[in-house]
This record gives sequence, structure tokens and C-alpha cells, in this order.
Amino acid sequence: MLAKQAIAAPAQSWKTAFLNPGLLKKASVHTILIVYTVIALFPILVILVNAFKTRKAIFNDPLAFPDASSFTLVGFTEVLERSTFDVFFFNSLIVTLLSLFFVLLFGAMAAWALTEYKFRGNLFIAILFAMGIMIPIRLGTVSILQLMVDLHLVNTLTALVLVYIAQGLPLAVYILSEFIRTIPKELKEAARCDNVSEYKIFFQIVLPLIRPALATVAVFTMIPIWNDLWFPLILAPGESTQTITLGVQQFIGQFVTDWNAVLSSLTLAIVPVLILYLIFSRQLIKGLTAGAVK
Amino acid sequence: MADVKLNHIKKSYGKVDVLHGIDLDIKHGEFVVLVGASGCGKSTLLRLIAGLEEITAGELIIDNKVVNHLDPARRGIAMVFQSYALYPHMSVFKNMAFGLKIAGQGKRAIREKVEEAARILQIDHLLDRLPRELSGGQRQRVAIGRAIVRDPNVFLFDEPLSNLDAALRVQTRVEIGKLHKDLGATIIYVTHDQVEAMTLGDKIVVMNAGRIEQCGSPLELYRYPQTQFVAGFIGSPKMNFIQGTVDQVATEYLALTLKDGAQVKAYVDTSEVQKGQQVTVGIRPEHLFEGRDLASSLTGEVKLVEHLGEVTYIYMNLADGTEVVVRGEGESEIRVGDKLEASFAPESVHVFNMNGKAMPKVRRSTEIPVDNPAIMTASQA
Repeated sequence: MLAKQAIAAPAQSWKTAFLNPGLLKKASVHTILIVYTVIALFPILVILVNAFKTRKAIFNDPLAFPDASSFTLVGFTEVLERSTFDVFFFNSLIVTLLSLFFVLLFGAMAAWALTEYKFRGNLFIAILFAMGIMIPIRLGTVSILQLMVDLHLVNTLTALVLVYIAQGLPLAVYILSEFIRTIPKELKEAARCDNVSEYKIFFQIVLPLIRPALATVAVFTMIPIWNDLWFPLILAPGESTQTITLGVQQFIGQFVTDWNAVLSSLTLAIVPVLILYLIFSRQLIKGLTAGAVK
Repeated sequence: MADVKLNHIKKSYGKVDVLHGIDLDIKHGEFVVLVGASGCGKSTLLRLIAGLEEITAGELIIDNKVVNHLDPARRGIAMVFQSYALYPHMSVFKNMAFGLKIAGQGKRAIREKVEEAARILQIDHLLDRLPRELSGGQRQRVAIGRAIVRDPNVFLFDEPLSNLDAALRVQTRVEIGKLHKDLGATIIYVTHDQVEAMTLGDKIVVMNAGRIEQCGSPLELYRYPQTQFVAGFIGSPKMNFIQGTVDQVATEYLALTLKDGAQVKAYVDTSEVQKGQQVTVGIRPEHLFEGRDLASSLTGEVKLVEHLGEVTYIYMNLADGTEVVVRGEGESEIRVGDKLEASFAPESVHVFNMNGKAMPKVRRSTEIPVDNPAIMTASQA
């Protein structure tokens, strides 16, 4: 009796699934998304899985999960015992957080100024930012390097922070402008009637309202900075200023590569971005302006 | 005292003139309603008074000070917006307290003021909620509360009831009226709804195309509209307009022939009228009565009947096709297709020249009773 029901029920649900185009559409959308997620996560999974395996096991069966015989933490001990690793880690974190902070602050301020105030050169500056989105900053590497040499900033984290702010600003300004434009005009006018200064309007009314947009921009900005190898290699390759992506390279030799150490350090490098992402994604709540007007 | 005086205020956006020189005197404690069709400049005028837009020319004087170049906050005004404009990330209390906090007032003073305003508006149980958790009417009260706590010289309301549903609109309208009496504050109120204007205003300013069309008490505007625009705007349903020709100019009245051939007398100032002149005759639906009890009458075919219970609006077409609305009795049994004769007293006839300007009606010591045809017939007999 029970078995009969169990057989009958799925048959029925399949029938309704095919008869119901909405459900079918949903299912196909989810299938595509799941396939994409698997493809995107696969390399990360390989890194994670192999970071905990012996060198031999990595090469014998790269896709196998670690078991009792192949499990090892040798990679992690090696990475953590080389005293410089924490320096790399700290460098990356400092550079990313500082750049992120200034990109968000200056980006939001510029976006507010460009959308809210009419002034001479407004359009020109907006166009400059738009060009910044279109032209990759790496094209200017040579002149950036020259500039940093002239400013005696080579091999400092300041050089990286400055470059990353420049790199992140255009897109930040672009996205935030769009969001700031959606803030009802009456809110700012109500604040002006309340004798709220323009700075306070920006910090206490506009910024809280574009929090979801700030979180989006933060995620967009943070990941390329954390993952960047190009500018650390060129502007700050010194022992004390290496970032983690650059630091990992020391395990990759021309003839011998310490795969355990490489995979372990990459695994460790995922953690901070993941934490930052979780923090920001909590801010991505829709409908924050609900209730302001109408 | 917070008198507001507008001296020939002009506003242009580039080459487009929006306001063409507005002169207006508002006394302390007066409830002034700016009313007009959308795009007539009433909201712009309010924003100029608030200081949210720059005045192109003219002088704005609040409390005997020229405030043209002062910031909104330093003009002693508080504005309530059509869309409420509550800060969505702040609780009701913080919304109301924000301006006071910025002004640097003490915590206790702020709490006292906010709680007092909340009590007046009956929103004291909502102080901890966020705007998105409130209904439209509650949000509007919070917006009004935010204005009250600032204790302004002048309250500015920009169509505050437009986003509310019909029942709530009536209720809130009554409350705003009471609030005005309680606070005794000067209020400038913008609306496109003539019922709000009539019920709330001590003084109504009818605006049209960037100019003041007429300014006066509600009944003044209702009884003696100076232009055809005002006549059409004040009163609901709208005044009926019928084309006509002047037949005879007497010292006290005009004799007219309407387009459909009806003969009509009108008691208006006849000094600037000539025989044979084309005019527009205006008669309010509530001054037309079913039957032929009164001196003059219009006859037409009924096209539509609206039963509202206490009244019936009858839409009929005259012989020449002009549509006329008649306010019939609530239980009128008239049907579509019937012939209807609607009569009226000559005292209730308005006459406008072709430029839309009214010929002043002769003022009488006793006003025309509008609701009782029996008295009118008696006075004519």
C-alpha cells in the first residue's frame, strides 16, 4: 500500500511538471545555474581537495578526496612555518581593505557630486570616468612605474593602494551614480528644510540608502585587487611588500614546484575574501528605500 | 508675527517663464490654499517660498525679512511633501527628531517635543517603527509631525493628501483643518483638488498658467468668480457654460439669447456690454432645478443619469448640442432619453465676455439662497 503510493506520487508530480510550463521553466533555469556553478567551483574544489593530500596522491589521482593514507597537512605547515607568509597575508589584507575603503568613499562622493550638483565640467568629469571603465589600467603600467619611481613609492604598499583606487573608481562611480539617481529628490529636500548640511545629507541619508549598491561595488572591487599579480610584481616585489599572490610564486620554481605549499597557500588565501564577501553580501538587501515615498 | 509677503515673484527656467509676477499677502495664522490645474506653477511657487528653488525676480518677505537668499532652514518654514519623504532607514522617532538633533537641541528637549507632536497626531504608539512598516495615512502623519516639531513660522504642504485613498483623504483633511485651529500657524497648502481648497482654506488662490487668477475666501470665489477659469474650477460638478448673444442692455440686467434659442436674464454690471455682443453664460448645476418653477429655463434631452443618493446628476444635451449638468433631487425618476426642462433664477447666472472675464455680478444684501427654489420663486413674484 505504502509502496503503491510512493510510486503513484512521483508519477503524478512528473505529469504536473510537464503540464506546468512555469515549473519546467524554473527547472531548466536552475539546471543551467547548477551546471555553471559546478564548472565555476570545480577548480577551487580541486585546490581545496589537493591541499590536504600528499604530493604523491596529488599526482596519482588529482580528483580523489583525501583518505587516511593520503591525508597530510605538510603543505600548511610549510607555508605557515616560513615566517614571511604572514607578512604577505597582512600586506594583501591591508592593500585590499585600504583600497576598498577609499574606492567606496571617493566613489560615492564623486557619484553624489556628479549626479546632485550642476557645475562646470560636470559632464567632462563623467566622461573621464566612463573612459576609465573602457581603458584597462594595465595599459599605463610603464608610466605608472615611472611615476612611482619619481615619487619614491616603489616597493611600498602605498603605490599599490593608489593604483587600485584609480583602478576601482570609474566603475564604482558609474554604478553608484545610477543608484544615487534613484533616491527620491524629496528626501534631500526634506533634509535641506531640516537644516541638514550637504555633508550630513551625504553621510547620514544618501550613504545608508545606497548600502546595497556599496556592497555590490565592494565585491566587484575587492576580488580583482586581492587576486592581482601584475602590479605587486611590478611596483612592490620587495620581500617586505609582497602580497599573497606574489608570495605564492616562490613555491613555483623553474624546475621544481612545491605543489603542497602552493595549494595550501591558495586555500588560505581564499579565506579572507570569502569572509569579506559574506559580510558584504549581507548588505545586499533589496527594498531598503521602501517606505520613503508612497 | 509670521506674515508672508510675495512682491512680484517671478521664476524662469532658462527662457521659459513659469511664474509671471505673483503678488500675495498672507497674514499670520491664515490658511492659504494655492489651487490650479497641474502645471500652473502652484508647486513651483511653494518651492520658491520654501527655498528649494531660486527666485528669478521679486521679493519674498517672511516675518518682515527679505529671505530670497536664505537657506530653507533659516526661513522658519517646514514642508510636508506629497510623497512624505520620510528617511527610510530611521525610525519614526528619529525621523521626527532628525532636524532637532541637527539643530543641536538637547536630548530631553527633543524627546519632549517629539512626544508632544506624536500625541497631537496620535502616532505615539508608532515611534519605534520604520516608515516601511506604516500605512500611507500614518506615514503622512509622521511627515506632518516632522514639520510640527520644528515649530516653524510657516507650514508648507505640497499636495499632502494626493497619495491617500478616498476615505483616508477625507479623514486627514479634517485633521489638518483641526490642526490648523489648534496650532494657529500660518499654512500654505497646494492642491489641485477644489474640495480640499474649499474646505480648508481661509483664503484660496486660484492659479492659472503662472498667474494668480483670483484670490479670496472660498465663498467669495464661489459666488463672484472674476474669470471663466475660476468659475469652472471652483464648484463640483463644474459650472455649465453656454454660448449666447446680448439682446438688450438695461441698467440692472442683461437680456440674452442662448445658442439653443432660450431667453435669459442676468443681473450683472452692464457698463461694458454692447448689444449684439457674444458672451458665455455660466450656470452652476446646483442652481438648475428640474421643472419650470423659476423664471428662466433650459430644455434638453437626458443623456446620462448619475444617482448619488442624496443628489442625482443629470447630463443633458441642449438643442444645439451643448452639454449641461443639472443637480436633480436624490430620488429623481428621470431616465435617459427623457426631455428635461431645468429652470433657474436670473440671480444665479454668470456672464463672461469672450476673453473669459466675468461681468461683475450685482451684489445683494441678502445672498441668493441656493438650495431652496421655493424662496427664490417667492422673491421673484
